[in-house]
Amino acid sequence: MKQLTTPRMDQCIGCQSCSLACARLVYHRISWNTAGIRIHSSGGLSTGFIANRCLACDPPPCAEVCPTGAFTSRPGGGIIMKKKLCIQCGKCIDACPVDAIYQDRRGDVYVCLHCGQCVPFCPQNCLEMVDSHSIEEVLV
Amino acid sequence: MIREEFRILLVDVASGKGKIVLLDGRNEVAGGSGLAALLYMQYGQPELDWDDAAQPLIFAIGPLTGYFPLMSKMVCSFKSNYHGEYTESHAGGRAALSLRFSDLDALVLVGKAKRLSCLGIGANHLELKDAAFLRGTDAESSGKLIRRMFKGGSGHRSIMRIGPSGEVGSAMACINVDTYRHFGRMGGGAAMGAKNIKAIVIHGDSDFDVPPGKEYARLYKEVYTKVTSTDMMRKYHNLGTPANLQGLNDISSLPWRNLQQTSDPGISSITGKSFADNTLLRNGACSGCPVGCIHIGFIREKMATDNRYHYHQVAYDYEPIFAAGTMLGVTNSFDVLRILDVMEKVGLDAMSGGVALGWATEATEQGLISAKETLVPLSFGDAAAYQQAARHLGRGSNDFYRLLGQGTLKAAAVYGGGDFGCVLGQEMAGYATGELFFAAQTLGFRHSHLDTGAYSYDQKNSDRDITRAVDFLIDDEPGRAFLTSMVGCLFARSAYTEEQLAECLRTVGFDKLSSSIPQVSEHIRALRWKVRARTGFDPDNFAIPKRFYQVKTWKGVVDKEYLDSLKQEYGRRIQAIIAGD
Repeated sequence: MKQLTTPRMDQCIGCQSCSLACARLVYHRISWNTAGIRIHSSGGLSTGFIANRCLACDPPPCAEVCPTGAFTSRPGGGIIMKKKLCIQCGKCIDACPVDAIYQDRRGDVYVCLHCGQCVPFCPQNCLEMVDSHSIEEVLV
Repeated sequence: MIREEFRILLVDVASGKGKIVLLDGRNEVAGGSGLAALLYMQYGQPELDWDDAAQPLIFAIGPLTGYFPLMSKMVCSFKSNYHGEYTESHAGGRAALSLRFSDLDALVLVGKAKRLSCLGIGANHLELKDAAFLRGTDAESSGKLIRRMFKGGSGHRSIMRIGPSGEVGSAMACINVDTYRHFGRMGGGAAMGAKNIKAIVIHGDSDFDVPPGKEYARLYKEVYTKVTSTDMMRKYHNLGTPANLQGLNDISSLPWRNLQQTSDPGISSITGKSFADNTLLRNGACSGCPVGCIHIGFIREKMATDNRYHYHQVAYDYEPIFAAGTMLGVTNSFDVLRILDVMEKVGLDAMSGGVALGWATEATEQGLISAKETLVPLSFGDAAAYQQAARHLGRGSNDFYRLLGQGTLKAAAVYGGGDFGCVLGQEMAGYATGELFFAAQTLGFRHSHLDTGAYSYDQKNSDRDITRAVDFLIDDEPGRAFLTSMVGCLFARSAYTEEQLAECLRTVGFDKLSSSIPQVSEHIRALRWKVRARTGFDPDNFAIPKRFYQVKTWKGVVDKEYLDSLKQEYGRRIQAIIAGD
């Protein structure tokens, strides 16, 4: 299974096209929050950008604490989300060690599903879909 | 959110209270520039002084903001202390999308805070925080402190702040937007300072449904591909706007040393390529723009005799390099950045500041002023002196600098040297291309080189056909006014044709607006001029200094009769627009 990686974030220019693409194409929202990849500046724009996204833990702690089976383990890491089963308890958010899950004010949660729809919208080639077994180093 | 009416947040900064206003007019003014003019009609006080507490400070975005690539700019409008009339300034950064994701079409500030304050807004919050301790802080330090005052939202918010220039009421004070972008010209920083507002923090923390159907995603991808996969926008993200420095110098159209020359061999060390090769540290983008035209250079300073260094990052573009480089005879790229770094900190518009210091240098050469006024001896090429002078100008260190900060010609009226003040409505942009640009900037709506394509026309036409030239200005303006009502980046005007804009508007649900772009464009253009006329605009208020008649371009020496005729005819046509129904 392939997963989303961010191997070249040094090249990020902060345009947030990836976040907008995920929100638009995956979650059908217009936003830079309601997305599985969210770009933040670290210490102001002068120090560059970090991608807040699922690192595809295997097994994923967020799925382990999900009381309703809305999050289940995805082969190769990360989760499969069944939104209809989500009761918006927020336990997945607390369980995620890297703050990769976002919950909006309605209670809906947003996390990277490793679908890769954001990748072609990065003009700087920061993102890449990579086979889970071939990842040697996690870069954010 | 897509809605027909405009959703405005009106904040009285005297009380710290705000209210949401729903305003009709989408199909008449679209948003952005048109909306800003409509809001000034609603809340403006044309007869009152620029710094009267009742004057509004307006920030507006457009119907496509956040919905399509490069729809990433914001319009700021206010009554300018530069000329006492209504004006606009535009900026990128994250401001536009932050306001969109606060579910607002515009933010309007009225009143005056009791003490220096910071305003924080978002989709669900509004707070005014005392910030008296920030008085006098530069744009860099205040940014650091404001991030501590308003926690959370990193990357999803915009911080718009003023430096000391805005606090002292300089007509050259800018509003710094997210460190590297600016509402630069016409004294927007002073308009914000007059309200005792040091900073506005906009946290874009809401989200909306995508327009129904598959068409929106398809069209987004089409536009995205057009601006990233073709050469259409390459010039903006490669060398960026500084690529034009060499070209303008080659055709004798680049102002040097207070426009005493239009070409100089010294260009070789401050071309776009030279900046990229030697100083470029990295690139950046406005939120929602995959082009990424922001070029950030570095300067490295040695602290002591030992190898102890610190560094600063400074954004550069064509215009700032012209203003702090060629106009001042500074031909070392790092020195140009050092001057710009000071201007950034004090919150001074680089173009205005550089041109003003160019005049001050020539006035010094002619003995009209001395170090008694300038505090540091000025001479062309002396970058260290210009760093100090920029700080004095930004902070208004003495009577001379405070006067110069009100405009070069205001200082010249006292000290002499009005003939060589390089002012075309405001301090000139970096185009000594010829008569049409000089006339166009002198009377342009924003006195900006982006009001029309006059600088481009000059480079392609050597005839002296007044009607054809002025027709070009008149015909070129409405399309630009419509694009700045969307609010798209003007660099994207080749991508966003009228047909493309119509398709975008239709796809997100603005059917009526999409089918009436020509009429709405004309209406917005006329509305903006009418608003400005209410605040006192008259073409005769603006003269062209003698220096511009001495300029030699690739077409030869400027033709006085042609230039005067262009200005007269352009002014007449603008007056006709103002007088129209």
